Amino acid sequence: MNIETEELELSYKDYKLDQPVKWCPGCGGHAVLSAVQKALPETGIEKEKVVFVSGIGCSSRFPYYINTYGFHSLHGRGAAIASGIKVANPNLSVWLVTGDGDSMAIGGNHFIHILRRNINVNILLFNNKIYGLTKGQYSPTTPLGSITKTSPDGTIESPFLPGELAMGAQGTFYARVVDTDPKMIKDVLVEAANHKGTSLVEILQNCIIFNNQVHSEITGKEVREDNQIYLEHGKPMIFGKNRDKGIIQVGQKFLVAKIGENGVRKEDILIHDAHNPDDTRHYMLSRMSLPDYPVAMGVIRACKSNVYEDMLHKQISLSKTREKVKNVNELLKSGNVFNIQ
Amino acid sequence: MRKKIKVIEVDEVVVKFAGDSGDGMQLTGSQFSDTSAFIGNDLSTFPDYPSEIRAPQGTIAGVSGFQVHIGHTEVQTPGDLADVLVAMNPAALKANLKWLKKGATIIIDIDNFDNKHYKKAGYIEDPLGDGSMEGYSVVKAPITQLTRSTVSDFGLDSRMAEKTKNQFVAGLLYWLFNRDLKIGENFLKDKFKSKPDLVKANIAVLHAGYHYAETIEAMATTFLVNPAKKGKGLFRNITGNVATAWGLLAASERSGRPLYLGSYPITPATEILQELAKMKHLGAVTFQAEDEIAGICSAIGASFTGSLAVTTTSGPGLALKSEAIGLAVITELPIVIVNVQRGGPSTGLPTKTEQADLLQAIYGRNGESPCIILAASTPANCFKFAYEASRLAIEHMTPVILLTDGYLANGSELWKIPDTKDLPPIEPPLVEDDDPTYLPYKRDPEKLSRYWALPGQKGLRHRIGGLEKADVTGEVSHDPFNHEIMVMTREDKVKRVARRIPQQAIIGKETGDLLVVGWGGTYGALLSAVKELQADGRSISLTQFNYIYPLPENVETIFSNFKKIIICELNRGQFATYLRSELPQFPYLQYNKVQGLPFMISELKRKFTQILEGKKDEY
Repeated sequence: MNIETEELELSYKDYKLDQPVKWCPGCGGHAVLSAVQKALPETGIEKEKVVFVSGIGCSSRFPYYINTYGFHSLHGRGAAIASGIKVANPNLSVWLVTGDGDSMAIGGNHFIHILRRNINVNILLFNNKIYGLTKGQYSPTTPLGSITKTSPDGTIESPFLPGELAMGAQGTFYARVVDTDPKMIKDVLVEAANHKGTSLVEILQNCIIFNNQVHSEITGKEVREDNQIYLEHGKPMIFGKNRDKGIIQVGQKFLVAKIGENGVRKEDILIHDAHNPDDTRHYMLSRMSLPDYPVAMGVIRACKSNVYEDMLHKQISLSKTREKVKNVNELLKSGNVFNIQ
Repeated sequence: MRKKIKVIEVDEVVVKFAGDSGDGMQLTGSQFSDTSAFIGNDLSTFPDYPSEIRAPQGTIAGVSGFQVHIGHTEVQTPGDLADVLVAMNPAALKANLKWLKKGATIIIDIDNFDNKHYKKAGYIEDPLGDGSMEGYSVVKAPITQLTRSTVSDFGLDSRMAEKTKNQFVAGLLYWLFNRDLKIGENFLKDKFKSKPDLVKANIAVLHAGYHYAETIEAMATTFLVNPAKKGKGLFRNITGNVATAWGLLAASERSGRPLYLGSYPITPATEILQELAKMKHLGAVTFQAEDEIAGICSAIGASFTGSLAVTTTSGPGLALKSEAIGLAVITELPIVIVNVQRGGPSTGLPTKTEQADLLQAIYGRNGESPCIILAASTPANCFKFAYEASRLAIEHMTPVILLTDGYLANGSELWKIPDTKDLPPIEPPLVEDDDPTYLPYKRDPEKLSRYWALPGQKGLRHRIGGLEKADVTGEVSHDPFNHEIMVMTREDKVKRVARRIPQQAIIGKETGDLLVVGWGGTYGALLSAVKELQADGRSISLTQFNYIYPLPENVETIFSNFKKIIICELNRGQFATYLRSELPQFPYLQYNKVQGLPFMISELKRKFTQILEGKKDEY
C-alpha cells in the first residue's frame, strides 16, 4: 500500500521537539537526529503519518526527541511493535530506531523476521559496537578480542556484521552510513523511506564515553576518502582521495585496483547495481573491511520484492468480495445450525 | 424387514469414542454430536487426545478419545462415566474401562483384538476371556473387515479405505440411538465437499454399519433420547475456541475497531488463530508471529494504531508475554490476552486441562502491574467473555487477560445463537483531530482511563513508552511522587472496573450451610453436583466467578451468608490464595485436583456431602 504523499511545505522545524536531548555531548546520536529531521520533509510524507518506534538503549530514546507519534518500547521488541503498527495501518510511515545490542542480541529474532517478511518499515541501526546505557559491556558487533567491562581478557566471540544478517534474512534494502556525514545520512534516509519493504540503514556511530574512536579508521578526516567507498546505483565503484581506485572482480573475489596500473582501465571498474535481486555482490560489498578493502557506504542493496502488508491487505479485500458472509450475525448463522421449534 | 427391537427412552446418555489417533474418532464424535443437536438434544462434548500426532499405533499413549453427553434433560458436562464405549483396539478399551458405568455397552472392533494388539496395549491376558468384561454388554463387530469389503469397489487406496471405518462405527451408533441416516450423510457431504469419491465411500460404510447392527442380534435394545426443552430458536454446537474467536469478531464489529490478532501457535490455543485466519472477509488481520513475544508486541503496536488488539496463548506463552503485558499496563493501551490454560509447569501436559495459571495472570509481572482478569466458564460463553474482555479493554484502556482452558477450548455445547444487536455497546475513548486539550495522560474523570489518540490523526502527535511518565502531560518522569501517583492511578483505574461489571450471582438460596465457590471452566461439573444435592434437599449453593480481578462488589455479602465456604479448582488452591488476600475475614475450605482432568460430578458430590454431614476431611 502506498503512503499518500503530497507537496508539503514542511521543514526540519516541524520535527523539532521542545524537550532536552539527553544523549552525552559529542554522541553520534545528535547528528543522526538532526539528519532525520532534515530528511523527513524531503520524503513528502505528512507529519501526522510518521511514527518512530524504538527498543531499549541509548539510541532507543530517539522517539522522545522528535516531534512525531512515538513509541519507546521494550528491549529488542521494537521490530515486533513496528511490525504490528505497519501491518495494522499501512498508511503510516514507520521508523524503527535500534542499537547493536537491541537488534543483534536480545531482539535478534524479531530483527531477522521483519526483514524476511519485508514489512515496509525503515530501520535505523545505531552501531557503536558497545552497550552504552548499561555502561560499557561488549555487544554482538564488538570486534573479537576487545577488552570491555565484561571481557577483561578480551572477547572470545566473533561479531555479527549487520549487513550479513540482513542478507541472510532476505532483506531487500541495506545501506551503511557514518554519523560524521550528515548529508550522507540524509540522502540515504530519503532513499530508505522511498523503498517498499524493510529498509535497514546501519549507522556507524561513535560512543564518546565507552567506545570512543571505534570507527575512526573509517571516519577520520585524513583517512576517510581512502578507507570508505560511497556506492551509488549505476555508478562505478570508485574511491580514494584522487578518485583513482576502484573495485574489480577477479574470479570469485573483489580486488582493489588502481586505475591505470597493471592495465586496469576505468571501464574495468565494477558498476554498482543495488537493484539486482541476486544479493551475491551486495553480500561481498557489505563484508569488505580494512585493511584490504575500503568500507562500503551508501545504499548497498535496494531490490524490489513483495511487501508483507500489501499482500495481506490484498488477501483481505479479495476475501471480502468472494465470501458470502458479510457480518458477524451472518457468520453465527452459517454452517450447521439447528432450528429448534 | 426390521426386527422388533425394544426401544428404551432415556433422559441422557454418555458415549465415548476411543481409538488410535488416526482412527477418526474425533470426526465420528463430532458427527454424532451434530446429529444429536440436529434433532434437538442438549449436549456437551470433550475430546481427549494425546500430544503426539501419531503416537505408536495400538498403544495406550496413542489413544484418542471423544466423549459426548446428550440429553433430553439439560446437560452441563460431557459426563463422568460413559454408557457406551466404542473401542477400536485393546488399548482404547484398557484406557477407558475405568470410566464406564456398570452395565455399559462396549462396541469393539474385534479385528484388532489379537495377541499382537494385546501386547501393544500391555494386556497379559486376553481381556475378553479373563472375566474383566463381566457386567458389560460387549458387541464384537468385525469393523475393519466389513469396512474393507464395503469399500473394495470404490477404488480407494488402502489407507483411505481404512480411514472410512469410523463411518461403520457411526452407522452402528445411528442404529443404536434411532437416528436418521440422512443427517449423517449430510454431515459427510459437507465434510468432504470437494471429494465426491470419499463422500460415496463413507456413506456406503455408514449404511453398512447401520445394517450390520440391524441384522445381528447382539444389541437387544436401542435408545431414544428425545429433544431437550432448550426453548425455541436457532442453535449451534460450538467449541470454546471458536466461540472465543467469534466473540472477538463481534466486539470488533460493534466497536468499529479493526481486529488484529498477533499470535504464535500453541496447544490448546491454536484454533483461535486458525479460526480468525479464515475470517479475512470480516476484516480480521492475523499475524503469525515468530514467537510469543512478537505476537503480543505486534498486537501492542496494532493497539497503538487503534485496532482491537489480541494475542492468544497458553501457560508457557503467557510467561513469555509477561514483560509486554507490563508495557501495555504502563502505556495504557487496550489489549486482550487470551490464555487457554493447560497442565503445567513448563511444557507440562499440553493437551490436558488445568486452572493453574491464575496467579500468573493476576501477579506474574514485574512492578505494580494490575490488569483485568476474566474467566469464561462454558464453551459457549467464551463468546460472551471474549466480547466482554474486548469491551473492558477498549473502554478502560488496559490489558485484559481472559482465562479459558483446554476443557472449554476443545469441548463444545449447544448454544442459542445471539443477535449481535443485543450485545452491550462498546465505546472507544477516541479523540477528535486537533483537539487542543488532548494530553497523553489526561483521564476520563469517572473511569480514570486515558484517551486513544491514533497515529495518522492531525494535531495529536505524542509519545508513549515503557518509561514512567508524568501525570497528565506524559513526559518522561523519574519524580518519586509522580511515580507513586501513576502507580496508584493505574491500580485505581482497574479497581473501578468493579463498578461497571455485573454483581456476582448465586445459584440456589442466598443463605445456607455450604457455599461452593468455583471460577472458570469448572462451572458445568460444580453446577451439576450442587443441583443434584439441592434436589436432595441439601442446604448448598454455588457461586461461579467470571470476573476475577477486580472482584464484583457484592462478594463479601454473598460469602457472609454461609456457614462454610469451599473453593473448588483444578490447581493447588490459587483462587483460594487470592481470596484469602482479598477477603481474609472468611475461612475457606478447598477441594483441588491436578490430574489434567476436569472434575467429576460424583467426586464433588461426595466431598460436599462429607462437609454437609460434618465428617472429617480426608485431606
